[in-house]
Parts: sequence; C-alpha cells; structure tokens
Amino acid sequence: MIIINCPFCGPRDHSEFGYGGDASIDYPALDAPMDEWHDAIFLRENICGMQAETWHHVNGCRMWLIVERDTMTHEIKSVRPAHGGNAAVLENVAEGGES
Amino acid sequence: MSAQRLQSGGRIDRQQRIEFNWDGRSLRGYAGDSLASALLASNETVLGRSFKYHRPRGIMSAGVEESGAMVTIGRGARRDPNVKATMQELYQGLHASGQNAWPNVRYDVGAVNSLFGRFFAAGFYYKTFMGLPPFEWGSKGTGLWMKYEKIIRKAAGMGAASREPDPDVYDHAHGFCDVLVVGSGPAGLQAALTAAKAGMEVWLVEQDCLLGGDLLNLADEKTEKKRLELIAELEQAGVRMMTRTTAFGLYDNGIAGLLERVTDHLAAAPAHLPRQRFWTLRARHTIVASGAMERGMAFGNNDRPGIMNVAAGRTYLNRYAVRAGQQVVVATNNDSAYDSAADLAAAGAKVCLLDARTRIGSNMLDIAGAANISLHTGSVPLNARGLPAVNGIDVAAAAGDGWAFESRLNCDLLLVSGGWSPVVHLMSHRGVKPVWDAEQACFIAPPIEEPIHVAGSAAGIWNTDACFDSGKSVGARVVKALGGKARARAMPEVGGWANPIRPVYEVRVDGRKTKAIVDPQHDVTADDVRLAHREGFVSVEHLKRYTTLGMATDGGKVGNIIGLALMAEAIGTEIPNVGTTTFRPPYTPVAIGALKGRNVDEHFRPLRRTPMHDWNLQQGATMTMAGLWHRPWYFARSGETINEAYVRETETTRATVGLCDVTSLGKIAIQGPDATELLNRVYTNPFAKLPIGKARYGIMLRDDGMVMDDGTTWRLSETDYFMTTTTAHAAKVMVWLEELLQTRWQDLRVHVTSVSEQWAGSAVAGPKAREVLSACVEDADVMSSDNFPFMGVIETTLKGGIPCRIARISFSGELAYEAYVPSDYAPAMMDLLWPEAQKHDGCLYGLEALGAMRIEKGHVTGAELDGRVSIDDAGLGKMANPDKLFIGKAMRNRPELLREDRPRLVGIKPVDTGQTFNAGSILCASNKVSGLGEGWITAVTHSPAMGHWIGIGFIAGGHQAWEGKTLVAADPVRKGNINVEIISPHMYDPSGEKMYG
Repeated sequence: MIIINCPFCGPRDHSEFGYGGDASIDYPALDAPMDEWHDAIFLRENICGMQAETWHHVNGCRMWLIVERDTMTHEIKSVRPAHGGNAAVLENVAEGGES
Repeated sequence: MSAQRLQSGGRIDRQQRIEFNWDGRSLRGYAGDSLASALLASNETVLGRSFKYHRPRGIMSAGVEESGAMVTIGRGARRDPNVKATMQELYQGLHASGQNAWPNVRYDVGAVNSLFGRFFAAGFYYKTFMGLPPFEWGSKGTGLWMKYEKIIRKAAGMGAASREPDPDVYDHAHGFCDVLVVGSGPAGLQAALTAAKAGMEVWLVEQDCLLGGDLLNLADEKTEKKRLELIAELEQAGVRMMTRTTAFGLYDNGIAGLLERVTDHLAAAPAHLPRQRFWTLRARHTIVASGAMERGMAFGNNDRPGIMNVAAGRTYLNRYAVRAGQQVVVATNNDSAYDSAADLAAAGAKVCLLDARTRIGSNMLDIAGAANISLHTGSVPLNARGLPAVNGIDVAAAAGDGWAFESRLNCDLLLVSGGWSPVVHLMSHRGVKPVWDAEQACFIAPPIEEPIHVAGSAAGIWNTDACFDSGKSVGARVVKALGGKARARAMPEVGGWANPIRPVYEVRVDGRKTKAIVDPQHDVTADDVRLAHREGFVSVEHLKRYTTLGMATDGGKVGNIIGLALMAEAIGTEIPNVGTTTFRPPYTPVAIGALKGRNVDEHFRPLRRTPMHDWNLQQGATMTMAGLWHRPWYFARSGETINEAYVRETETTRATVGLCDVTSLGKIAIQGPDATELLNRVYTNPFAKLPIGKARYGIMLRDDGMVMDDGTTWRLSETDYFMTTTTAHAAKVMVWLEELLQTRWQDLRVHVTSVSEQWAGSAVAGPKAREVLSACVEDADVMSSDNFPFMGVIETTLKGGIPCRIARISFSGELAYEAYVPSDYAPAMMDLLWPEAQKHDGCLYGLEALGAMRIEKGHVTGAELDGRVSIDDAGLGKMANPDKLFIGKAMRNRPELLREDRPRLVGIKPVDTGQTFNAGSILCASNKVSGLGEGWITAVTHSPAMGHWIGIGFIAGGHQAWEGKTLVAADPVRKGNINVEIISPHMYDPSGEKMYG
C-alpha cells in the first residue's frame, strides 16, 4: 500500500487516489497525424525503476499530481501538482510569499 | 501416553473448571487452558487423521505451527474448520470435533488408505487418472480426470466449512504509530519499553492471549517477576498492548496487517463486539521479535501421537501444568532441550535424553546429571513404535557417516528437537531472501533498507538474556532513527549455545521401510522428496508444487527446512544452493469474514438516493439499482405486473404526458472564459457557436477514438455551461475533464465542478408536456413554442418561487423537457408537476418505460457505449465534424474502425411477432448458429407503439447488410433460439415529428 504525500492535503493512502498513467507522455496536438497519436497512446515504456506518473486525488482535493515512484519498490521520490500554475503558487507559499 | 495434570503450578486457575465437548463427549479443563492442553490432560491421544493416509495424529506442538491437533470448532453457521487446538483458548461449553475421519478420529475407516500407502506417493492421482488411454474407458483421459477429480477432492479435504452465511460481524480499523513491535517475548518486551521510554508511540502485538512469549514457559520465579515488571512498565509508558492479535503480513510503507481475535475465546460474545478486527496499521518503524520455531527430524513414524517438539513438552508442563508423559525420551541435536528435559525430570517423569552429538561440554552433562537424566550421546530415534500412539522407539547410533540400529527404548512420550528456525516470515513478505547460517543450521533474515528490524530469537539469538539485550539494542537503534535519545547498545551475537548444533534432518538406515513424514499436514514423506528428485524436479519451487510440501495451512512452518535439506542431499549440494521458498502473507490463516469487514449486503457499496426518493416511494414506486443509484423502476397500479405497468406508462407518456426522475444523470458546471473552447475540443460536434439559451447533444471520444460518453450541454451564459452525462459515466467524465484541464490544456481558463448532487431533475415528456409545465411556471409565456423551441434552454421560476432551469430535449422521442431545480426543492417541484400531469391523465414512469421508449427511438446508453464502440458503430458518424478538431479525431479513422463489416447499431424484431427474446443473445446467421456469431443484442423491450418485442444491438455491417434476411438470436442457456430480423434502430417516429412538434 502506497502513501502519497498530496501537496494540498498531506500524506494520504493510495486508496484515495486514482492512477492516471505515464506522466512523461507529450500528447500530440489535436491535428497531429494518426501515427503520432498511435505512438502516444499505444507505445508505452514498461519502466522498471523510477517513473513519473500521474495520480488523481479523486477522493480528496481532486487535483492531478505528478508522482515520481519506483515501480520496483514503491518508493516515492517526489509529488507535485500537475498544473504548473498550482505548483508555482505552492512554491510561492513555501517561500513565505503571498499566495 | 499417560499424561497427568499436576497438583500445582502452571498458569491455569484450578478454581475455575470449564466443561467442553470433544467429539460428542463432555470433558473438563481449567480456565487458562488451551483446547490442546485440556485434551492432553484428559488423555485424549488421537485428535485427528492425516490428509492422505488417514494416519492417527495427536498434539505435535504448542503453537501456530500445529499440524496434528487440527479440529473443527463450533456448530451450524459458526462451524470453523482446521482450527489448531493449540491456539484455541478453552471456554465454557466450547464445542470441538475431529475431522477427516469416519465414524470418528479414533476409529477411522479411511485409515485403510495407509495400507496402500506405497501407491499414494507424490503425483499419484495425476499420474493415475489424467493419462488413462481412451480405449479403456471410452472417453478421453482428461475428461475422466474431470469426473474423478470431484471424488478425489471430496475424499481429500480436511475440515468442512459451514455452508450457511456467516452470522458474525467483523470490523476494519486503521491505526498509526511510531513503532510496531511484533511479539512479546523477551526481545519484544524490552524493545517496546526502550522505544516507549524515549517517548515513542508504541504498539506491541502478541498472537497469544498473554504477553511474554517463551517467558511464559519458564518455571523459575525470577523470570516471572521480570515479565510482570516489564509489563507494568510498558503500561505506565503508555504502550498499546494487543494480545490475541497476529501481525499476519508486512506490506509497503510500513503497513502491517493485524488480525485481532476479539471474541473467539468467549463463551458468549457481547452483541456490541465484532468477532474479529482487521487492522491496517501504519508504523514508522517495525521491530520483528517473532521468535523461533523448533523443528523436528524425519524418522520412521515420526508423526505418531505422543511425539511432539521439546518446547511443547515444556510448555504443557510449565504453562498448563500437564506432564505429557511418564516415561519420556527427549531426542535432540542441540543444547536447548536440556533445560526442558530437566524440568520434566523434576516434575517426576523418567527421562532419557538422546543427543545426536558425540561430544558435549560439561555444562550440559551437569544439567543432565543433576536432574538424574539418563543421557545417550551419539544417539537418535530411528523409528517410533506403537499404534495408535507411541509406546517405544528404535534407537540408532552413529556408524561411520550414517546411522545403525542399536536398541529399543520404551516410552509414552517422545520429544524431538532438530534445531530452531527463526520466524523470518514477516521479513520474507518484504521480499527479503533469508540467508543460511550453517553454524546455527537455520535461515536468518539479512538487514534491509526499509525501517524494519529483527530482534531476539527471530534474529537467531538463542539465550533469553541475550534476547533481552537484543531488544534494548534494536529499540535504541529505532529511537535514534526516529530522532529520539537512547543509549546505543551492542547487538548480541547470533547463536549462543555452549555446544554447536549437529544438523540432523533425517535418520535413515538402508533396508528399513517406514514412513518418515516431512510435512505432516499434507502427508509428504522423505521418500516423496527423493521421488520428486528422481523424476527431475530439482528446483525447490517445483518440488513444492509436485509434492505439495509446505502448501498446507501451516504454510511450510513445519516441513520446509527438512524438505530443503533432503533435496540438497539428493542433488548432492548444500541447503543454500537449493534456496528457500518465499513465505507469503498471511502468517496464519485469516477468515474471509475479517477481510470483508462490514462491507456486506447493503453496505457492500454506497447507496445513492435522489432528493425525490421518498416522494417516488409515496407514489408507489418499485425501485431498482442503476449503478449506485436507487431509481424508480415502475409505478404499478393495484394488480399490475411489471410488464403491464411499464407498457401502460409508455403508452400514457406517448398519448398524454409522463414524469420521470432523471436526477441520476451526471451534471457538471463548466465555467470560465475558455469554457466554449474546452467543450469544442472534447465533443466531436461543434460547440463554438452554440447560442446562449440553447442546448446541444454531444458525443465525446477517448484518445483512441472510441466513444466515451454522450449527453446534452446547455449554454446558460457567455462563460457558463451545464453539462449532463449518462448516469453510468458521470464520474469518469468529470475525472477526464479535470485531467485535461490540469495536465494537457493548462492554458485553458475553465473551472469544472460536479453539480450532480446540487440539481434534481424530472423529465416531462409527451404531447401534453408543454401544458403541464406552462401551468407550473410563474410566467407561462416562457413556455410558448416560439419562446422555447426544440433544444431551447430557459432559466425561470416555478410557482412558489422555485428557481428552475429547463431544456427542451427528448430521450423518449416525444415533445419533452428536462426540468432541474436545486435539490432541496425536488419534492416541491414534483408536487407542482404531478397534479398538473394528472389533469391530463398523465403518469409517472420509471426506468423500464424510459428504457422502452429509448429503445424504440434507437437511442444509445451505457449498455451500448461499453468502450468497444466507435462513433460510426453507434450510427452517429455524422456527429463527428470533419472541419473541426476534437479528441479522438485522428484515431477514429484507424482503418480497422472504418471497416464496413464492423458491428453497427441495429434494431431487432422477432420474425414471429408473438415471440420474445433476451438481451445478451448472440445474433447468428441462420445457417451458422455457433461460435461468436455476427453480433449481439444489448437491450430488449416490449414496444407498445409497434405491438411486439423489439431490441437493439450490434451486428456486422449494420442493418443494410442484413435486410430481408432471417437471423437467429441464440440464447442457449435461457430461452433457446428465436428467429429475428434486423431493422433500422430508429423504430419509432424516425423523422422526429413528435419531438420537434
């Protein structure tokens, strides 16, 4: 059982979260050709080790998070909001700035 | 065996007699007894029959590894099989019975199996019944196995579980602490105290009913005084001490699974208590002080009643005041047995000690001498004599590399110690590979990176004082790791015996044929292990599966080491080269009831009720489940069946007007300057120019081009939309929009908020729908056809000032509206609408009529949009606008998805219109009713409009491909085959005149 330290809610059991997927994927533009979409959707790395992945705090703050997790050990290296704006706000708060 | 209860001593209360029932007979014990100790004191020798050969079995141990005294506890719905009598506390009226025997364990007809034992070696059943040649039996060999398997399985099982529902209640609980200490022996007690004194929050869990571990089995007063002092200190330090609680597994992130047996020891459980509590404990550090288990040796008939491990003999003597025998042979290969032998001698038994070692230091000789024990060095048991219980043994003496028969000894109790195995199970759960320590002849868990530490004999430390020290040492290490202050102490060294152990796993003399049991629960013998090797099974994992060694309810606690040693010998290598099997959770069995906790019956999943739930019930609704929702199914008038009710509701709605609770639809507020852009990207059809005050039906696809969901979205203002989704996909769509906005399209300034709970809705459908709503709104003008055209949206007020938003949209195919009010107003809205509907002889309709009308219209819903359907399959390809961008646009054009022969949405009608058919039927060409067929039926209904049954479903190529042909709707397990025709899915009012009118 994994505990994810949600930047908004604190450490919570993984049962509160929904798993998204590989966070390193750059989804193609909507007008990108089929083979680009094909590669993004179907050709996935099966990483053994540290992987950036998206999780949704679905039974919590409903924020999408980027979690760096070791797929072998479940060790979690970092958790940050997927949305860059939210991440910047949190950083600002952490530095004692105005939110 | 002539066991005797002693007049004094032990931890039993002689003032409290306890009557219990064993196999139909009333017996007595004392408070403080285990079932095993009470049976032993009553001289009950044969307590079970073995799995395969029905060999008589008695008590073999005093702990969780027990493999002989396995009994069934309780009766009726509370019958609990395969309970280890050693772990069952005695209570007034306890009902226990033997198992795997007929008529009873003492006289068992099945024991005839043991006469044919040589035929029942490992793999016997498979070899005999699976490969039989077909000519001999007239059927295929494997088919025969299918038949025989049932009989074999029936003959094999041990105890039988109750077939009735479990009447007991179980709880789930969660806990958090700094330090979890597993086991309350000397190491555990001391570790817990060290951590608690440094201010840590400590949980100490113990599977036994008393704290102390092996300290409970020592007779001296000094030890007992120390135990009580430690417990008092722990109490004072605020340690949470949980007895009757097993840490059955260790998981990621310091999580331990605990099973607390709350009432299993009580004659009458208070109603407010659960039977068991399943804990998920999150500990920052875990100290495993789970002790060690004594193992036996393999020799002839080593499973006879009257043979147990040495520690058990001492436990029964010192803890339960039962001297298990009068004439006792203690066989050992290590120092640990000497104190036990001395205790038995002091209690009046005549003790003979066989030590496999030829040279022993003076300290051991002194113990034996002082206790007046007759000591034979270089001697081991070769064969146990007597049936059903042991009455003597053949002794072997060292001869060259092996053993040779030497003499016979009479005895009524044989205690065996083949060495000790640290309980490394919990470490094994964390993926740790235990390392073989040849000097101590045991596996020891190496240190790991996780905050889990091993102390005491679980770490291979044998002496009690050293175990105390190891508790202090590990406790201090954990305190420091947690940032507290504690004086560091050295960890005692592994081992601690004055004389080295002499590994003895099996005693065998060539030419003697007796069964030497390795795994008593599955009747795996030493010969079975050798047979497996001869047949080519060299990996320990294969050995396990072929012989079933270690796969019984003890999970290999008893037999694994000896099995490994025998395999190593057969291969001609050392134990570490053979490996060790991985122990997996649970450490001891966990009841299914404890796993499920309170999540049963109506608590299995949450129940969602709409705000008009009570109102619907008052109107006579029969409810049904739609996902988690309770929704009206139909509103039967007196004497009506469900079919009559929904047909009437459908007819009434199409003729005048009907009202239906549609609150369960998903509703999402989509707000912000870029709301339009978001909708335009997720829906296949354009939303960029949707005017304010209009709604639009939309379809959204997944990235891979398959349909995700459909629904209508209403534009309330420049920046404010109200999206509805299907009931089934409401949560998924919400998650999807959040993902898009927070990950891919971070530049879009949009808020999405689920408002499913905030708005309650009713469909108002039928030719009189406008009249009904006009009478309910404060300003009837807003309802005029000009002001409120098809797909129009208004925000208005119902009479009495109820805020309301209405869209003119139709699922039924009639002139229809959906009206939504804030949830608290839901009954008030229905109280307005319903009398007006009644004025037009209208009705309330439920899910069944709703389904009938949408099937008539060929509208898709969750049953059709199952994730395998493309927008073209659903017949909605025109909704995908080629001139705009949307999610799934590229992938919906995959060649496979554009094939003309893909299953397409169609309508279905029976050839004989008097016939009915079922959803789930497979559509087959009439000349090929087999295999996967050509398509399938997703939903059926009786159509009042058409006067017969209809359905919708999918078939290869769609309805044009099958026009005029007769197909078979195959439903082999229910109705059989019905001839059907394929028609357009738009079966009712295909031009939509009624809807637009």
